[in-house]
Amino acid sequence: MLSRNVVYGLLAEFDTADELVHAARQARQDGWRKMDCYTPYPVEEAAEAIGFHRNMVPLVTLLGGITGGALMFWLETWISVQAYPLNIGGRPLFSWPAFIVPAYELTILIAGLSAAFGMLALNGFPTLYHPLFNAPNFRDGATTDKFFLCLEAKDPKFSREETKAYLESFKPVSVVEVEN
Amino acid sequence: MDTNGLKNNPTIDPSTGEYNVIAADQSFRSVTEKITHIVLTPQTPSGWFALFGLAGTGATILVVALTWLFLKGVGIWGVTQPGAWGFAIINFVWWIGIGHAGTLISAILLLFKQRWRNSISRFAEAMTIFAVVCAGMFPVLHLGRPWLGYWLFPYPNSMTIWPQFRSPLMWDVCAVSTYATISTVFWYIGMVPDLGTMRDRAESKAAKYFYGILSLGWRGSARHWMRYETASLLLAGLATPLVLSVHTVISFDFAVAVLPGWHTTIFPPYFVAGAIYSGFAMVLTLAIPLRKFYHLEDLVTERHIDNMGKVMLATGFIVAYGYGMEVFMAWYSASHTEAFMMWNRMFGPMGWSYWVLVTCNLAIPLTTLWSRKLRTSISFMFCLSIVVNAGMWFERFVIVVTSLYRDFLPSSWGTYRATSWDYMTFGGTLGLFTLLFLLFIRFLPMIPMSEIRLLLPGTRIKPHNIASGTTAEEAGD
Repeated sequence: MLSRNVVYGLLAEFDTADELVHAARQARQDGWRKMDCYTPYPVEEAAEAIGFHRNMVPLVTLLGGITGGALMFWLETWISVQAYPLNIGGRPLFSWPAFIVPAYELTILIAGLSAAFGMLALNGFPTLYHPLFNAPNFRDGATTDKFFLCLEAKDPKFSREETKAYLESFKPVSVVEVEN
Repeated sequence: MDTNGLKNNPTIDPSTGEYNVIAADQSFRSVTEKITHIVLTPQTPSGWFALFGLAGTGATILVVALTWLFLKGVGIWGVTQPGAWGFAIINFVWWIGIGHAGTLISAILLLFKQRWRNSISRFAEAMTIFAVVCAGMFPVLHLGRPWLGYWLFPYPNSMTIWPQFRSPLMWDVCAVSTYATISTVFWYIGMVPDLGTMRDRAESKAAKYFYGILSLGWRGSARHWMRYETASLLLAGLATPLVLSVHTVISFDFAVAVLPGWHTTIFPPYFVAGAIYSGFAMVLTLAIPLRKFYHLEDLVTERHIDNMGKVMLATGFIVAYGYGMEVFMAWYSASHTEAFMMWNRMFGPMGWSYWVLVTCNLAIPLTTLWSRKLRTSISFMFCLSIVVNAGMWFERFVIVVTSLYRDFLPSSWGTYRATSWDYMTFGGTLGLFTLLFLLFIRFLPMIPMSEIRLLLPGTRIKPHNIASGTTAEEAGD
């Protein structure tokens, strides 16, 4: 069990997204669960390959939008009817059509902020340190032009030698050990 | 048209007959190096410093003008009765209209899967934010007591008063502040993966820290990308109705009033189209010198200039319809104040401004933009973008001033004369805008690298290559 404290995982580098997705899909089929792909641009197939199909961002956005719109509409109604009633040319105090515009804007505001910050929170950002940044080839490639598959030490199937040999069967450019 | 010439042109894709979105010989690394180098190079081009000095002078003039404004009050401007809105509102509408093209490019064209937008979306969004900064200043300064501007927001206060939400001016506060916030968030979120690239390519310690903190620890995980893509799509979907609503609400500031020349239902669509028209003109004004100065012709190609010309042609015609409808309604309404307003707008003491607007917004662009040759002539498009920017400023001048200075009662007629403080404030915001833009192109990646990568060959996954049981080599990639 020592290795799990020292090693974060094994990182295989590929030149193309096709090779990465192929390897990730095979690893998933072979029972790997604790793994992730790292790509310089969004590769939908990579997420599918590691079994990540749904995310919570739409739900968070929906809840944010509903909350923003409802709260603003309630605030306008409360202000105009209760807190500070003004008679503007005899119009009803609860003049709801006029309240729609600010409620609409606040729906968008809170939904948009929920989408952005919800995404960041679900991704666990900010995380300025991550073990992968220790890998010598990761920082040069992962955000530029290389494709990485990381099989993590947390997975029960993980063993330093066997996993390394397993990853090498996909003919990657390199397989390196990532220190924790 | 000379089709043979087009066929042999290497910048044209033979299968579609369209200009290539980006030049053919680019790779992931070459694109990344090209874009990051502009920012990470220790040598700042001397031209940048020259422009920075010029823009800085403009921004300093703005500071001087605003200081005097705070000391003396809005009386230093030309605003008075009956022309109570003047330059402040003209500039507000003009600037915020310019911003709209950025959101259109980054959100609406994203939803329509117009992938050519990728190279220009980042700096168009930056343009939006800086334009909104300039725009947002004016209504607050125009308040008279700008330091009490926060009274516009509903907050519990010891005076126990609350804003009046039936007023379009309150709608405006909600719309513009939401627009500024969402544009900034959308811009920053869109930049996070690129900031990760900047962090990984930075040489100096300061740059590593700066981009490291801004990138929040981005590492391109597949899970992160999926949430990121979902959030981007949702933000685009939210920004689209938002951008349409912002200029609609601004047009309500006018249209809800009973003043002849303002009280018309054509205003919302006509304002939105005008905003996009002037915004694309400003994108061209910025993009054309930028691509030349930083040698980005491979990334911002003739295709972009051509497409933006087409968008301007389309929105220009919507604007023309708006002008036509205003004239038609002045006659068809059978209201003599409306008819007089239109006559006065065209032939009154300030009639020249109407003809400047017709020349700059209709006569010149709508006759020339049909020609593909002119649309891809870089110097022509640059001059045209300046002409349209000026024309759209005059459109707002015409709407604000020629409607206000002669309304129903001849006894309340007056005139409008801008003071040198008005001109200094307007010129100063041009300086501030340029200054912010120069800082942006020096310190942040101005072209979205992660999106440009999607335009390169080989990014599409081939299903047979990833099927389990075969390797890429066996499948014959």
